[in-house]
Amino acid sequence: MILTVASGKGGTGKTTVATSLALAITDISPVLLDCDVEAPNAHIFLQPQFDQRREIGLPIPEVDAVRCTGCGRCAEVCQYHAIVVMGGKVLVFPELCHGCGSCTLQCPEGAIEEVPNVLGVLEAGPAKDGIYFAQGVLNVGEPMAVPVIRELKRWRPFPEGRTIIRDAPPGNSCPVVETIQGADFVLLVTEPTPFGLHDLRLAIQLTRELGIPAGVLVNRDGVGDDGVEEFCRKEGIPILMRIPLDQRIGKAVARGEALVEAFPEYLPQFRELYTQIQSLIDSRQDAALPQAMGTRPSNDAKAGWS
Amino acid sequence: MKLAITGGTPQFETQLERRFGRCAYFIIVDTETRAWESFTNPAADARGGAGTQAAQFLANQGVEAVVSGDFGPNAFTALDAASIQMYSAQEGQAETLVDDFLAERLERVTGSTGPAHHGGGRSQGGRRR
Ligand code: SF4
Ligand code: SF4
Repeated sequence: MILTVASGKGGTGKTTVATSLALAITDISPVLLDCDVEAPNAHIFLQPQFDQRREIGLPIPEVDAVRCTGCGRCAEVCQYHAIVVMGGKVLVFPELCHGCGSCTLQCPEGAIEEVPNVLGVLEAGPAKDGIYFAQGVLNVGEPMAVPVIRELKRWRPFPEGRTIIRDAPPGNSCPVVETIQGADFVLLVTEPTPFGLHDLRLAIQLTRELGIPAGVLVNRDGVGDDGVEEFCRKEGIPILMRIPLDQRIGKAVARGEALVEAFPEYLPQFRELYTQIQSLIDSRQDAALPQAMGTRPSNDAKAGWS
Repeated sequence: MKLAITGGTPQFETQLERRFGRCAYFIIVDTETRAWESFTNPAADARGGAGTQAAQFLANQGVEAVVSGDFGPNAFTALDAASIQMYSAQEGQAETLVDDFLAERLERVTGSTGPAHHGGGRSQGGRRR
């Protein structure tokens, strides 16, 4: 099972929830992926020992000044305007380059070679209580988060088949979409305030566009109004758990303690949360099963081959 | 010389549009004859790389100087590589900005003034012709 924990904005307790959920289901040795590559911080709570490392880069163009005639073709074909030709001189903007390779392909002089531009690194290793941990770390000032998240999702330094919890970056932009794509379920952490509701609406819209079922965890329950509650009821979105507003939780988190470690009384609730998500995914898959079966080759056909 | 001014509308009377890469129009003026022409900025709605695209457009038009408000780092790097002089103004009509330019009343831009979008470029010199 792949579960993404997301929230419309930062500071809603998304990482607190993701790490506590992982710590509540250590019996199945989950994997936690910190996909907030611009500011990964889940490691603080799970204390991994990194023993795997990979650099992630994009192939960017490098121009051979001797061969280049300054014809401008590369600049014409680059849809990201990451390469310009000024007065016969070629300029590459690595921060804009998506590594698509068009310029290299189209250069009539064969003057372009592709060289790796390192965007960031992936790190992984065993963490607390049998949890496996992996994170992406984007180089400072590097705007290309998506390729790093994509590689982090694909990376398998751990055995297949383990439950994966992805801690998403804040917001609703491309890196969040990338973190949600391919998940079986999205848990949206929100605050019961008008701001929280605003972000939740956008997040729900996004999960619907991606066709991925979602549920809500209300954090700091009691701070605001019942707008979130009403919205979820109207839209038929399950509220799976509530964590009350409690200054002690914030203080423990600030000290680098995971919520369920500082307050073990939350462990059963997080286990229940996991079970609920599991059954929501299962019931959805059951509903989709007859259709999926129809597309598979029938047993008769298989028998015919043997 | 060919001077470009970033504008919100395609007339010589247009008010200055302060965002270089995202302006709606470029008014390109021949400073000797005051003949002018307006061009839609092809980068106005670009998803990314508006600064570099707009700079490439001006370079292709043979522009030698440009008046705008802010120049982001990529736009600055690209315009500088094309030896296009940059000038910054707060406001004004394109028509009067031409006079300001000729009277040397405008501030010459010698570094990026806009919000840092994505840092600078990497020069990879080709053959100069
Ligand atoms: S397409 Fe090739 S030859 Fe033409 S300007 Fe670009 S690098 Fe130079
Ligand atoms: S690789 Fe693609 S995005 Fe990068 S400069 Fe070449 S054409 Fe542009």
